Amino acid sequence: MANEFLEPITEQTFYLNMGPQHPSTHGVLRLFLKLDGEYIVEADPVIGYGHRGHEKMAESHLYEQFLPNTSRMDYLAGLIFNHGYVAAVEKMVGIEVPPRAEYIRVICAELNRISSHLLWFGTYVMDLGGFTPFLYSFDDRENILDILDRVSGSRLTYSYCRFGGVSRDVDDEFITATHQFVERLRSRWDDYHNLVTKNVIFIHRAKDVGVINRELALRFGCTGPILRAAGVPYDVRKAEPYSVYSELDFEIPTGTKGDALDRYLVRLQEMEQSLHIIEQALERLPDGAIKAAVPNKVRPPRGDYYFAVESARGAVGFYIVSDGTSYPYRLKARVPSYGNLQVLTEVLPGTLVADTISILGSIDIVVPEVDR
Amino acid sequence: MSLEDLKEELSKVVEPGDMVPRDYEKDGCLLEIKARAEQVEAVAKAALEADCFLESIAAVDFTNGPQIIYQFNSCTSISRVLVRVQLSRGESVVSIGSIYDAALWYEREVFELFGIRFDNHPDLRRLLLPEDADFYPLLKDYGKVHAFRSTEEIYGE
Repeated sequence: MANEFLEPITEQTFYLNMGPQHPSTHGVLRLFLKLDGEYIVEADPVIGYGHRGHEKMAESHLYEQFLPNTSRMDYLAGLIFNHGYVAAVEKMVGIEVPPRAEYIRVICAELNRISSHLLWFGTYVMDLGGFTPFLYSFDDRENILDILDRVSGSRLTYSYCRFGGVSRDVDDEFITATHQFVERLRSRWDDYHNLVTKNVIFIHRAKDVGVINRELALRFGCTGPILRAAGVPYDVRKAEPYSVYSELDFEIPTGTKGDALDRYLVRLQEMEQSLHIIEQALERLPDGAIKAAVPNKVRPPRGDYYFAVESARGAVGFYIVSDGTSYPYRLKARVPSYGNLQVLTEVLPGTLVADTISILGSIDIVVPEVDR
Repeated sequence: MSLEDLKEELSKVVEPGDMVPRDYEKDGCLLEIKARAEQVEAVAKAALEADCFLESIAAVDFTNGPQIIYQFNSCTSISRVLVRVQLSRGESVVSIGSIYDAALWYEREVFELFGIRFDNHPDLRRLLLPEDADFYPLLKDYGKVHAFRSTEEIYGE
């Protein structure tokens, strides 16, 4: 027998490397899995492939120079990161932002949130084997990219916010296009639900898979749709309202069980809420200046500051220590995907390899955001 | 759970003089706690009792030694608390990974970027940097920075 040269296999488990180049990891994430047959015994997410050292870069750049970096942390919700950083510095320096600029920021941030959720929707269902919904959602998302491209000049890494306002004003065409988009996406919900939400294969792949309950989510510091799917109505836009969110009416969709299906449903409802916010903001959009008078170099007073906003994935925060000069002494970005990804070490053991794809897709991570 | 509950839990483990209220409107934080390295575990337990989650762990390098800033918040009512721990250079701090799982990665990050060791951490490997990195990039004597200051220059005292 040829086999007698091989060592007898005594170990019951073996290792599987998922990534860093794997179509379902959405970026360079490597999952190091210890398997017993098809079941996962241990999971170790290996990150850092996209580490660019944004926090170190901040220490040698002016506050203004660091602005473009923020949209490159989370490239799918760049405008919201941008907004968070700009609002943090404005609070430190004490800049009053004109109301028109605040409304424009909210409209664009919500459009960005929808585009991020649409991309997640398409890729998640594609990971589970359904190719068609991906084309539908990307078709809709293209509209948002065009709208934001018109005002910011960029399709992904916007850097649209400036200290004291936004870089350029919106025009009537922007408003018309946004109204049309709101109507268009509303008319598509039926398609989405018929294609995916009611699809029995999808339900089997998502229901009761990857349950993250309240206690687990809080222990790992999960925020965003993951925490809300576990039934906790925590949303920074309501908990500590920034910008003009306190003047706008919207609800926080929550789930009950915290499984992949709940996270899916929460995100779909969030898109509808975002449309509702956009409509109100467009209606109330005041006239006036889009940028306050701001010195060329901002010099925040000494001390440390924290400012949080809600991105498409959860609570984003900028912790900035200022030494009174025009350079940040230390800038720490608290990113939501960090905790959302770490929870996998607890959720994956005991599940099937095939479910890993569904769980990883349902938490919607953006790896460059984790790596920074 | 509210900020009052958190204050009550924390008052059991830290001196009242070490709890400094902060102006939320100005800097986004409600309370600051000056803790010593050996108090960290007790403070984290108190925060867990008050149903808080660990928002972040950040470190900052100063000429008089690095500082670690633990940040807790509650998801029911805004109660952001900063726990500031001043370390001397080379001093280690105890890990709170057994209390908050979120701390495991944050501590690995602080370790690799600042060289601060966490006692009792089950798996203190590098997280974002290559496994064989032999430098601590966020220390102020590494690479290009604008300034290297003492805590006094920034926070007064």
